[in-house]
Amino acid sequence: MTTTPLDNEQVLQLKQDFPLLTETQVAGHPLVYLDTGATSQVPLAVADAERDFTLRHRAAVHRGAHTLAVEATDFFEDARATVSRFVGADPYSLVWTSNATEGLNLLSYAMSNATAGSNGSEHAERFRLGPGDEIVTTQAEHHANLIPWQELAARTGATLRVVPVDERGLITPQAVAATLSERTKLVAFTHVSNVTGAITDVPGVVAEAQKVGALTVLDACQSVPHMPIDFPALGVDFAVFSAHKMLGPTGIGALYGRRELLNALPTFLTGGSMITKVTTEHAQYLDSPVRFEAGTQRISQAVAWAEAVRYLEKIGMDRIEAWEAELGGRLARGITEIDGVRLLGPAPGVERVGLASIDVAGVHAHDVGQLLDVAGIAVRVGHHCAQPLHRELGLTASTRASTYLYNTTDDVDRFLDELSRVRGYFRAEGA
Amino acid sequence: MSAELDQLYQTIILEHSHKRSGETEQDVSSAGERSGVSHQYNPTCGDEITVRVAVTAGENPTVEAVEWNGEGCSISMAAASVLSEMAPGMTLPELEAMIEHFREMLRSRGQVAPDEEILGDAAAFAGVSKFVARVKCAMLSWVAVEDAVNQAASKARTT
Repeated sequence: MTTTPLDNEQVLQLKQDFPLLTETQVAGHPLVYLDTGATSQVPLAVADAERDFTLRHRAAVHRGAHTLAVEATDFFEDARATVSRFVGADPYSLVWTSNATEGLNLLSYAMSNATAGSNGSEHAERFRLGPGDEIVTTQAEHHANLIPWQELAARTGATLRVVPVDERGLITPQAVAATLSERTKLVAFTHVSNVTGAITDVPGVVAEAQKVGALTVLDACQSVPHMPIDFPALGVDFAVFSAHKMLGPTGIGALYGRRELLNALPTFLTGGSMITKVTTEHAQYLDSPVRFEAGTQRISQAVAWAEAVRYLEKIGMDRIEAWEAELGGRLARGITEIDGVRLLGPAPGVERVGLASIDVAGVHAHDVGQLLDVAGIAVRVGHHCAQPLHRELGLTASTRASTYLYNTTDDVDRFLDELSRVRGYFRAEGA
Repeated sequence: MSAELDQLYQTIILEHSHKRSGETEQDVSSAGERSGVSHQYNPTCGDEITVRVAVTAGENPTVEAVEWNGEGCSISMAAASVLSEMAPGMTLPELEAMIEHFREMLRSRGQVAPDEEILGDAAAFAGVSKFVARVKCAMLSWVAVEDAVNQAASKARTT
């Protein structure tokens, strides 16, 4: 592995691995893809891994004794070992889900089952919720880390409490501490905001949660793809992330959980593959992770995801993190230099990932995105599935540019250049 | 800027997006005796509009006034403004025919040319039909007016 920092030259070289990025023209311009926050692009090696498995190794896993079935099971479990190692965990702590949203719903429903006393809940005391208990989430969350907890509160009679963000849109351990009580059972929060790019002090929040004995759930969708992550070292009890934001396929994500917690947690989806002994009256369940993997799994997607992890590891997560910090800083500085454009979240110079959202005075985000699109620049416009945070920032929508290892400083500069024309084009006041 | 973009953002649309007819500071969410209210929301972008349409009394009512509160992109705001100027004085079949043609044009991906006799200033939205993601923006207020006027008309006929 090379240890020199990434630079434009190397990035242009690795961009060659992504046919979509080098071949796509939008409105007569070469594409500048700044929407990795929504979904990343996929290198050839990842698409090839999925294709190769499908055409040469496909079989049902964890059942059947023929050679092909054994081989496919090895592929599948090797993939789990690769993805779990990438986040510092052992394979027993990593459950495949269809996406991060499903991972959060799995937790929410498993806790309902604990409350109802069903689905193998004999060791599930600490997951039970009732009136007077509290679930804590934050104002900065993606809807996926808010609505499952609203629903869990509604099903169990528990109370949902929401940690306010500070004026930078940041979740602080102090604000979390102020929202906690002796009755807090669970704290769900994001590692990196998908709107502001701000990075939460995870160990700080975990320490506060542990003081009251609450479980912690981390939304790591915007952190795992962009920085070295070690969930056990961060100290969280559970975390979710997804493949498609980190060069992998759609349709697969993962729930990380401390092994003893996963083994004590009641099941969510039930059926084949996740059982030991079944009678017409009862079933006994396997331990984690297959305990939560009912039915045929996403085998080729898991194989492809592992290939994506190997691709990232080959480049090195430290180098990717450093490169994106440079792109994020360039975005933040450039944005604040444009009149009438407000940078959301951390100021330039303050830690952020390679992502920035903006509000353009007098021009709606949809119109900003339209102007950028005809210049070949793909950004996200709207509320980015975070309506409460936008409301707090006094907005209904914003425009987000998000980078990855395949973006150059030139991509950022093209975005900034077009952005500087927006207010003039739309004849915004003072432009 | 590209010609394609200028086709979408015609001068008339940009003007209406800044100087909006029918928009009011007053809350329009309660309906009167001969008026109807409709709230429409576009969950993908968060654009929203509440429209109140009043009609004249009698068997064959005409549109009396269109007022609205809303928040959204230039296309959605301009579409609300243009319709607010055009609708008053129209009979309900005339309004319905105009909305129908507007909808047909927008959904045609550039295949249906606007009939300027029917659409007047709203013909300026023809360029939107090539931008599939923006069709909803242009339709939002028109759907709201269609819904509100039907409510108003059924009240007007029974009073």
